[in-house]
Amino acid sequence: MNIPGKIIRPQKELTMQERFIRDHHRHHHFVTFFRLLIFVLFLLVWEMAGRFQLIDTFFFSSPSMVASYFMEMLQDGSFFTHTGITLLETLISFLLITLISLLAATLLWYSKTLSEILEPYLVVLNSLPKSALAPLFIVWLGTGTGTIIVAGISVAIFGSVISLYTGFKHTDPEKLKLIYTLGGKRMDAFFKVVFPFSIPMILSNMKVNIGLALVGVIIGEFLAARRGLGYLIIYGSQVFKLNMVITSIIILCIIAMGLYQGIQYLEHLYKKKR
Amino acid sequence: MEQPIISCRDVCFSYHNLKGETLALDHISFQVDKGEFIAIVGPSGCGKSTLLSVIAGLLTPESGEVILDQTKEIRVGYMLQQDHLLEWRSIWKNVLLGPEITGTLTREKEQLAEQLLHDYGLYKFKDKKPGELSGGMKQRAALIRTMVMEPALLLLDEPFSALDYQTRLMVSSDIGSIIRKSGITAILITHDLSEAISLADRILVLTKRPAAIKRTIPVKLTLAEQSPLAARNAPEFNDLFTLLWKEISDEYTGENN
Repeated sequence: MNIPGKIIRPQKELTMQERFIRDHHRHHHFVTFFRLLIFVLFLLVWEMAGRFQLIDTFFFSSPSMVASYFMEMLQDGSFFTHTGITLLETLISFLLITLISLLAATLLWYSKTLSEILEPYLVVLNSLPKSALAPLFIVWLGTGTGTIIVAGISVAIFGSVISLYTGFKHTDPEKLKLIYTLGGKRMDAFFKVVFPFSIPMILSNMKVNIGLALVGVIIGEFLAARRGLGYLIIYGSQVFKLNMVITSIIILCIIAMGLYQGIQYLEHLYKKKR
Repeated sequence: MEQPIISCRDVCFSYHNLKGETLALDHISFQVDKGEFIAIVGPSGCGKSTLLSVIAGLLTPESGEVILDQTKEIRVGYMLQQDHLLEWRSIWKNVLLGPEITGTLTREKEQLAEQLLHDYGLYKFKDKKPGELSGGMKQRAALIRTMVMEPALLLLDEPFSALDYQTRLMVSSDIGSIIRKSGITAILITHDLSEAISLADRILVLTKRPAAIKRTIPVKLTLAEQSPLAARNAPEFNDLFTLLWKEISDEYTGENN
């Protein structure tokens, strides 16, 4: 039906580009919204289930109990000691893993014979469940930070050596030939071609290592510590302080995320530089 | 006659594996005079690249010998099939890779590199990364990287084969003229017969594996102007092409019988 005086003209259309951008943003918001929704719903259901006694908060804790326990930890400073020690042990393990495996992989690349000799040992050590070694470390090294760092290293080191070495081997042989035609030796080939070529691979290897170092440190702390988040988790479960256990696990989640993001930031810096 | 800059005498080379040995070079003998441009053609997989690696000293012949200029020590430059510029280095850093490796990076080398970049029209791209250059420009940068080492003998291992046809015509003509002008002795390996005729003074035809020298064909073209592109219009070009093609195709038909 026509209303008198109504002006009929084509609706103002968005251009295809504007439409694309609008749809892109919409999609982005949609994803973010549902991510947050899942998180909020989870907390809500957890809290409500406790309040209405569908679950026993003695065993399952609740968001509000975790929050108040966390505040307690902040006030008495135990948050800083336990988180600090776990973080420190993880970072030291990670640095040592990176250093040792880079060195070892370089040697393996340099000498084909050496890599052939050592290959079966690396494969066996890598497929071994490393947590089985932790009790041995305690007997040999006693309890304490040193043992925990060794446990952290043991989890990642063999896999890291293997993947770095495999990565080094993937360098284009023609690029190596180039170095030789310019009068270079094998070490020149390594520093001018193999290493710079492998940096993206090394960075993604570091992402795996930081996660594994954390796993190793927590295993170590389960068995041989009086401090650290791993200790809190195992101690809390033994004395049925589930608030302590769950709060520690959540802190651990955040640490893991932070460390991963840290490496990702390094990667980002590297890409920007190139 | 001048001293040859390089001579190969009865050079043999085999590849070994557990199943046995494969003879790749079978008593190769030839020599190249100073300033000469030699092309080596032959059926694919016959051992051309092996020959070049032996000359460059990357492989050691099993018997026979390769004698470089006896009067003075000479440097051998090598150009690979692809430019192999390192993509994380700028063009400038790439062309100075050789001196950097051999520890001979001096102010003079830098001046030479600058001069060559100017001459080959790449100076304003010197701070760019290889990824930002066209295929032809990258190949020229690779040539500069070789020339900075001031070689007396230049080995070219199908250096244009990775380029598309039009770029290839341009670049091979370009680089051919550059080499001519600089008076460097060159050995070019190619499977492109017309490229061989347009660039070389003399063409060695190799047999199929194991490679032996089948025939040496001198290239004498009557030219109005001296350029590899113009060479393709020389009256002798077609006859030479037919002759070369016959020599090579004989090798292939021999294979089928």
